[in-house]
Amino acid sequence: MTTINPCGAELPGTLGEAMPFLCRGAVVTLQSTLGGSVIAIAIALVVGLMATSRLRSVRGVARAYMEFFRGTSVLVQLFWLFYAMPILTGYQLDKVGAGILALGLNLGAYGSEVVRGAVQAVPPGQREAAVALNFTPYQRMRYVILPQAFVAMVPPMNNLLIELLKTTSLLSVITVTDLAYQGRLLVNSGSDQLVVFALMLVIYFLFSYLITLLMRYVEGRAARVVGRERPRRRRSAPAVEGAR
Amino acid sequence: MIWDWDWTLEILPDLLTQGLLVTVQATLGGAVLAFVLGLFLALLRRSRRAYISRPVGAVTEFIRSTPLLVQLFVVYYVLPDFGVSMTALTTGIIGLGVHYACYTAEVYRAGIDGVPKGQWEAAVALNLPRHWTWLSVVLPQAVRRSLPALGNYLVAIFKESPQLSVITVVDVMGLARELGSERFRYLEPVTIAGLFFLLIAIPASILIRRMERRLDH
Repeated sequence: MTTINPCGAELPGTLGEAMPFLCRGAVVTLQSTLGGSVIAIAIALVVGLMATSRLRSVRGVARAYMEFFRGTSVLVQLFWLFYAMPILTGYQLDKVGAGILALGLNLGAYGSEVVRGAVQAVPPGQREAAVALNFTPYQRMRYVILPQAFVAMVPPMNNLLIELLKTTSLLSVITVTDLAYQGRLLVNSGSDQLVVFALMLVIYFLFSYLITLLMRYVEGRAARVVGRERPRRRRSAPAVEGAR
Repeated sequence: MIWDWDWTLEILPDLLTQGLLVTVQATLGGAVLAFVLGLFLALLRRSRRAYISRPVGAVTEFIRSTPLLVQLFVVYYVLPDFGVSMTALTTGIIGLGVHYACYTAEVYRAGIDGVPKGQWEAAVALNLPRHWTWLSVVLPQAVRRSLPALGNYLVAIFKESPQLSVITVVDVMGLARELGSERFRYLEPVTIAGLFFLLIAIPASILIRRMERRLDH
């Protein structure tokens, strides 16, 4: 039996015509998803913890950040970073950089809300016990609060990562050659629309599914670390606003 | 001065009348479609017949897992091939509405699941016909519970509506892009568009949070 290369040009008909391009786009989509999620998760942790601070000013900064980036659309932020900011600051990001930054800043704001909620949902007794054991604030966070909060963070983070994957399609608007861009190019150059769009949607769906599988594994590990069974639940639906 | 005030004042009225009108139409149209279709999807998803509930569940899951932008392309490019011709705005409203219906379906489902069991039992005890149980007992309570989440989705639809500019709808963002491309200078129009979304979305989400708190008590 011969193995079939799903990205090969020798596939029959429209498949062979489209798949090499779609695969190239899919790689860019994956790269932007990965880059965006690294920035988003880093921001979510920092800003999310800031939002639980006792200091009013620190909380205020975190709140302002979250409201600002959740208050406008990603497309506007993306356009602003790529086309408007260079005029104002004289610093031009390349298109993939601007795209990944916009994704990270935007989804990071939603993620901060998830981190804040999860940290505050850890029962106060845990914190008090850590104080009673003379843990330093760092130890308290690192060994008692975060491991427990982490378990609660994973399911909504799963939704956010899928949201991030879907949002990478907007990068095609600033001519990043991702999956959506390649697909549209194929359609404009006369490939069978139905086939190309169906292939695109299926690839996006497979990536979403991959994220869900990965996050289920992470959730199981995180639950075992704090001595719990992996909770049996379906992927909850709401992503955009419902992540809180 | 980097910021061009003269140009700002020149384009501001257009953005706030022409652009705003289209954005509001897209948002409200999309939201109405999402809220109505979502309820039907939620009911179908709960059907006891597996050949109805399974496919509906699979399709909503699929639509939620794939980008709105690509779905908009599908509606925009493919439907005309089947002899359906619509304006770009209508196409966009359908795209937004169907995409978000798959999210609101999940909201309604949670709302229906949240109606206490006793309500169903009371309806049975009163010998209420099945459709009246739904219409006068379950749905009013379920929809009330769903309101804050639906409000969040209204804001989400509003914020996603600029994506319609990609399929040539001239909403606030579409107009901003058009104006920007005329001079190849995007700073002013895109900043105005961004501020416009902030000024509406932030008060709206504060309002929804208040509604949430009131319904909780």
